[in-house]
Amino acid sequence: MSKISYRGSSVELEAEESVLDALLRAGLEVASSCRAGACQACMLRAESGDPGAAAQAGLRPAQREAGFFLACMARPEEDLVIADAALPSHVTRIQEVRDWGGGIYRVRLDVPEGFSYRGGQYVQLARSAAQVRAYSLASLPGDPWLELHVRQHPRGKVSRWLTTAAAGDEVSLRGPSGECYYQVASSSQPLVLVGMGTGMAPIYAVLRDAIAAGHDGPITLVQGARSAAALYLERELSELCDGRPGIEFLRCVLEGDPDDPRVGDAVQRTLEACTDFKGRRVYLCGGVEQVNALKRQAFLRGARLQDISADPFVLAAAG
Amino acid sequence: MSVYEQLGGAAAIDAAVDIFYRKVLGDDRISKFFDGVDIDKQAAKQKAFLTMVTGGPNHYSGRDMRAAHSRLVARGLTDEHFDAVVAHLGGTLKELGVADELIGQVAAVAESVRDDVLGRVRQAV
Repeated sequence: MSKISYRGSSVELEAEESVLDALLRAGLEVASSCRAGACQACMLRAESGDPGAAAQAGLRPAQREAGFFLACMARPEEDLVIADAALPSHVTRIQEVRDWGGGIYRVRLDVPEGFSYRGGQYVQLARSAAQVRAYSLASLPGDPWLELHVRQHPRGKVSRWLTTAAAGDEVSLRGPSGECYYQVASSSQPLVLVGMGTGMAPIYAVLRDAIAAGHDGPITLVQGARSAAALYLERELSELCDGRPGIEFLRCVLEGDPDDPRVGDAVQRTLEACTDFKGRRVYLCGGVEQVNALKRQAFLRGARLQDISADPFVLAAAG
Repeated sequence: MSVYEQLGGAAAIDAAVDIFYRKVLGDDRISKFFDGVDIDKQAAKQKAFLTMVTGGPNHYSGRDMRAAHSRLVARGLTDEHFDAVVAHLGGTLKELGVADELIGQVAAVAESVRDDVLGRVRQAV
């Protein structure tokens, strides 16, 4: 019988019993609801041992790779060491901070040893235990840094600290997590990439990754910002897009001269550019309202849910 | 063999959720009940619902259905909305090539939770 180790206890799995049943029988507290592999309330992470395919069915590839599984569906044939669904933490240092204008900064960190990720995933960056913020990774694993795009919020303790940090300052981070990275059914699948504000960070990584992988399907790239000053990354994006006939690049700003053709809402512009989302792989990153509105429309217009990766940025309520 | 097994189990239900939920969300009569919900989380619930009505593995009870829909009943959920959802369920299964007789079986299971979903005293059958 397999032995299950969790929070310092261990329990032998009985015949036909799920990991959830065994942990509950042992008096351990585990959240659960549907007990049929649907609600994901009982998700845990295997630190060692294979929880089995049935326990990972329906999870995203990034979650499966990181060892996440559903306790109610797990009937492992080998011993498991289980942790709560928290992620490994790393300590690293600030490499460079650059002011890009428009309140946006490029922050580069040394790559922590043993840190593996996909461009576009995010990390939880901690200044202290109480001050943790999520930032997307705009870099790719081959780069000699982790790159974050940080908007400095006037009262944002973490963003002000990060954007004024000096090279060599220590930073701790947890992760990576998230599914906003380049993953397609085939290299010819049409891509829709929409980044609003610093939501361009993961989009930039996905775009670079797609081009590096030889993606040959059409790409619709939309960058949205509040004002022209906040349309950052201009040179980098031009270098990637210019001379590639398969890429349609739209930029739009919410506020500006009425004669400026770029003035418009990124959600609206995206829906005008793509009336049909059937078969498309969609990446949406930015403010929560815009991302959720676009996600719903992309789905209603034919995109499969599993083909939509959406990273809504939620501003912290305080601090 | 349950409809769930005949359809092809969990993988087929994933495909059915996309079709079903798109019909529900695109229906102006009922889409207002889904305003502001996270569509991924909602899709997981739709999957649990489709698994239940097709006879797949589930542990939902009448009490769960009642509790899950009580807020919607307070916002005006009625038989009309329930009927619309059942119609979309039938349409989804038809698109997937399920025989009418089996669709009838699934609709009967859905029907059995009507009073729980709408928060009524269960009618004698």
